Amino acid sequence: MRWISNIYRLGVKEIYSLLRDPVLMGLILYTFTFAIYTVANGVKTELNNASIAIVDEDRSVLSSQLIAAFLPPYFKAPEVIELSELDPGMDKGRYTFVLDIPPRFEADVLAGRYPAIQLNVDATAMAIAGNGTHYIASILNAELLAYVSRSSGDAALPVDLRVRAKFNPNLDSTWFMAVMQIINNLTILAIVLGGAAVIREREHGTLEHLLVMPVTVSEILLAKIWANGLVIVMAAILSLQVVVQGLLGIPISGSVTLFALGAAVYLFAVTSMGITLSSVATTMPQFGLLSIPVFVVMNLLSGGITPLESMPPALQKAVQVLPSTHFIQFAQAVLYRGAGIGIVWPHLLATAAIGMAFLAFALVRFRATLAAVH
Amino acid sequence: MTDLNDAVASLDGVCHRYQSIIALDNVSLTIPSARMVGVVGPDGVGKSTLLGLMAGVRRLQVGKVTALGGRMDDAQHRAATYARIAYMPQGLGRNLYHTLSVRENVDFFARLYGQSSTERAARITMLLRSTGLEAFADRPAGKLSGGMKQKLALCCALIHDPDLLILDEPTTGVDPLSRQQFWQLIERIRERRPTMSVITATAYMSEAERFDQLIAMNAGRVLAEGTPEALKLHTATDTLEAAFIALLPEKDRQGHRSISLPPRGAQAGPPAIEAQGLTMRFGDFTAVDHVSFCIESGEIFGFLGSNGCGKTTTMKMLTGLLTASEGSARLMGKPLGTDAMATRRRVGYMSQSFSLYSELSVRRNLVLHADLFHLPKARRGPRVAELIERFDLGAVAESTPDSLPLGVRQRLQLAVAVLHAPELLILDEPTSGVDPVARDAFWALLIELSRKDGVTIFISTHFMNEAERCDRISLMHAGKVLAQGEPDALRRQRDAQTLEGAFISYLQEAGAEGAAGPVSLDVGTGGSRAECPMGWLSVSRIWAFARREAMEVLRDPIRLVFALFGPIVLMVAMGYGITFDVENLSYAALDQDQSQESRMFLEAMTSSRYFDEQPALADFDELDRRMKAGDISLAVVIPPDYGRDLLSGRVPQIGAWLDGSNTTRAETGRGYVQGVLATHLADLAGREGGEVVDSYPASVEPRLRYNQAFLSQHAIPPGVLMMLLIMIPAMLTALSVVREKEMGSILNLYAAPVHKIEFLLGKQLPYIGVAMVSFVSLVVLMMSLFGLGMPGSLAALVSGAVLFTTAATAFGLVVSTFVRSQIAAIFATAIIVMIPTINFSGMMYPVSTLEGGASLIGKAFPALYFQQISAGVFNKGLDLRVLYPNHLLLGGFCVLFWVVASALLRKQEL
Repeated sequence: MRWISNIYRLGVKEIYSLLRDPVLMGLILYTFTFAIYTVANGVKTELNNASIAIVDEDRSVLSSQLIAAFLPPYFKAPEVIELSELDPGMDKGRYTFVLDIPPRFEADVLAGRYPAIQLNVDATAMAIAGNGTHYIASILNAELLAYVSRSSGDAALPVDLRVRAKFNPNLDSTWFMAVMQIINNLTILAIVLGGAAVIREREHGTLEHLLVMPVTVSEILLAKIWANGLVIVMAAILSLQVVVQGLLGIPISGSVTLFALGAAVYLFAVTSMGITLSSVATTMPQFGLLSIPVFVVMNLLSGGITPLESMPPALQKAVQVLPSTHFIQFAQAVLYRGAGIGIVWPHLLATAAIGMAFLAFALVRFRATLAAVH
Repeated sequence: MTDLNDAVASLDGVCHRYQSIIALDNVSLTIPSARMVGVVGPDGVGKSTLLGLMAGVRRLQVGKVTALGGRMDDAQHRAATYARIAYMPQGLGRNLYHTLSVRENVDFFARLYGQSSTERAARITMLLRSTGLEAFADRPAGKLSGGMKQKLALCCALIHDPDLLILDEPTTGVDPLSRQQFWQLIERIRERRPTMSVITATAYMSEAERFDQLIAMNAGRVLAEGTPEALKLHTATDTLEAAFIALLPEKDRQGHRSISLPPRGAQAGPPAIEAQGLTMRFGDFTAVDHVSFCIESGEIFGFLGSNGCGKTTTMKMLTGLLTASEGSARLMGKPLGTDAMATRRRVGYMSQSFSLYSELSVRRNLVLHADLFHLPKARRGPRVAELIERFDLGAVAESTPDSLPLGVRQRLQLAVAVLHAPELLILDEPTSGVDPVARDAFWALLIELSRKDGVTIFISTHFMNEAERCDRISLMHAGKVLAQGEPDALRRQRDAQTLEGAFISYLQEAGAEGAAGPVSLDVGTGGSRAECPMGWLSVSRIWAFARREAMEVLRDPIRLVFALFGPIVLMVAMGYGITFDVENLSYAALDQDQSQESRMFLEAMTSSRYFDEQPALADFDELDRRMKAGDISLAVVIPPDYGRDLLSGRVPQIGAWLDGSNTTRAETGRGYVQGVLATHLADLAGREGGEVVDSYPASVEPRLRYNQAFLSQHAIPPGVLMMLLIMIPAMLTALSVVREKEMGSILNLYAAPVHKIEFLLGKQLPYIGVAMVSFVSLVVLMMSLFGLGMPGSLAALVSGAVLFTTAATAFGLVVSTFVRSQIAAIFATAIIVMIPTINFSGMMYPVSTLEGGASLIGKAFPALYFQQISAGVFNKGLDLRVLYPNHLLLGGFCVLFWVVASALLRKQEL
């Protein structure tokens, strides 16, 4: 009882301090509005607005039909270029794809000589090179089949493949990016706020003041966790409602309440992590440097940007210790696939367990670091 | 000298305010030259503001300030006089660099004034010898005692033979022997250089007797000016302390009465504190060395000693904040550490610095503590009201502590410390920096607590007159107790007139460090001062800043390790981890046909390395459920009669369901299914007709350029290199300026004849160095571990990296000059750099596909341009002829960031 009331009292104080720091509040606002909007709206993982150029050495009806087949929003209007412009254009990154239609292409197709079109791909553009290649190939194939069947009456492919995407029928990556961006920013905020709040109190001497009172370390840390966590969760939920659902017009199929619950658990885990870091790094400059690798790894390697199952097996196992790995699975299931608690509870449990482990470590290390400050 | 009889400085109608607080209220005065002028008065009356304005480190708000024959609001005059003024700010060694040694500190200041190496060496030797610091030349400044720190700060101030020496409370918190020596030193310097004017502020009235001329200040106004004798004569008092109190306006004197200590009645019970051989070591430094004492219940026990002598550490051991390395102690009869929670409820502690929450009002602070101490609910309100009444906080109950004078804040801290009616109070320098009237009022409260409520008080102080009010005192120096007993007994033992005299005698007997300095003075050989006009950009001053910053970086090995190994770890993790090669896509089949044809197709799926087959699906419900749970990301549905339709040419449908929640994965999955199907159909056709028949009339032959193997491991590391070269250097630099602001050493920038850009460039250089070391290690790693070649030009890469890290560190400077706290610097750097670097630079997603704001932000940030260089050199085999526009743009960013940082950095305090 006493424990809970102390945690409550200290947490209220924490929220009060946070609200009175205008720069920090401004940054939080920026993080959950503008930063979400520009990334979600600007970055596309699906083939979108891809730059393509075509070297038309055939200049036939067929080749101009092929050129006309590349349409927005998937492609920018194709540029028809000379062969000599191919290399410099790709070197400068102006074109991701360049199609080279050889001379006498149409004639060869009609004669059944099975000619080849060369597709130059900038393979350093990993995110779209693979998809784009498949996409361009299927567009070309469809056009060619249509052209040939019109002239000879032959049937198309013997099987009709119908691909449909569940939960996000148009595979609009804005959906994906928006929520992942919220999670990424949530991570950065929680790590920095949690850790820095402890270091600041240590540097300003207020921590020692608390420690000579009948207040335990666990009360102090838990108060910081719930207070900072609450502010960030509220900001994230608001962002989800206003920016994601409102401004970006993304339908959320799952339960926002369940997501909020998960976010609270996640923040408990990440804030505990931040506090653990603050017991390893004792000054702000050290903490700043130490936090970079942590949140960069959490943001890039937890399945939020690149799929988890493609990573090397050892790394897949290693990132299981990160709360973000579990939370991202949770968030994707709840928000996109409308999964209920019955399906996602294992992720929630894992996140909570990781948080507990970090908190326990922080508690043990806490007094040791207090002495190390001298 | 022509200005011997003129004024060295003057103020005319000067007002200065900090938000709502008025620091100076229409002050006009004239300071005669070639004198030693003292500004006396309690803390927070505007002394520091006054000195700061005269030194030109603080921006003038209203009125006119002249010094050394010119107006200090004129930037040109300031630039001309920086080299003639020396300013030593308040706070022990506040403008020193704590990880640098004594010699390195002085050397840094000498370099700022552009002295040649021979001149520097001669001056440093001379100064260190005459201040007795020579023996400690290699000790880090942070490990000096308070007195030695101040002597070192004085050396730094005197390095350029100033005409005007401005000292802001140079002896506050310094032991009496060092204090005496400090003033002797100043006197000798003045003998050598009689034309030098000294203006000093002090809160010790006893010191003020030495000065030629005094200015007594209170509440932003000048109370009186004159020689010490004149002031005493005028007020008909015999000490300056009494004279000052007499000068105060009637309302401020109210409630002041002389303090007397009533005798203590005998107390029963065990001693409140018993310490036996308490020792505390931090590494090889012994802060407290076998300290023993016994404090009886109800006693006022004083700990007397300079800053850094171990008083605070001893108190922290008793409160349980630190665990003693050796020795034992009993609090109220119980050994330390047993039943800590119960003990804490019986003890009140007040730490040296203000440690309440400055964002909560006075009343809220009290209520918070009443809650935390779990006073009975009904008692909380009345108790808070009672304390506000007793500690006279009624008028300020709704104000926040940072807007209150120090004396009031300390009263609040004491109120908090006694809130739960503790039996023992441990007070660490509670009256430091508090004015005499407030201090006496504070002591009246303490004596009342002790004699009326029987509270035991363990108090530390560096004021002699406070020590005289204790029942018993302990004299401490360098972690050891020199003597213990009743103040009067100690004085008599040494045959000293005053307690201060007795303390000095004990210190001399103990052979205090740095105390035995011969103080033979050769300071200021006279006339040899090289005039150093500020001029244009000076390489030697940039070098002075760079050298110092580099030494600080090198002395923080933890930071260096994070800065150099963090990137290596990240490169390995990212290089292997970030991959767009989707493999092992978990898939399951719903085969409603179960024919030979359907099985053949599914076999083709299973044998592909892209798919990881999961148990087959029974129906659409199961498909929904398992996809929802994230079990499978692809489901293939084969309709009934697939085989028959296929054979009869009726074009059956195959359904492929993708989990659209991860769009990258879904897009790739779609391509794979199409690919597998096409191959499968070609196979079928071939088997039937006995020859390979192409199902399409032409083939599309992808030619993967720059990364033939289509390996993320080749495409990603150049981007990771870019990311690491901007994030880590920006973070390193972002904290550098704001940290100096928080620590106070930024004052050296304000007071020295340097350009802002010299300071900024100097700060930046070491971090560019660190970043380039990191760059080399990362490139080696990329070429060895990830097997990347370097088909492009090395020169383009290296020159690009230099420009890029320069831009990154310059961006860090912009953040650092903009924000006010370190926490905001970390956060701003993380968020502002991370988003465009990862998303809008081409590292993860091609720039040519970005839209709108994203594309603009990407182009307005340097990350994009080095990404072009890095990928150009590692993947595309390009050289400077193609890449040079990126280099030019990066150079442009450097200039832009320098201009912005210079504009944001102030050369004066507000």
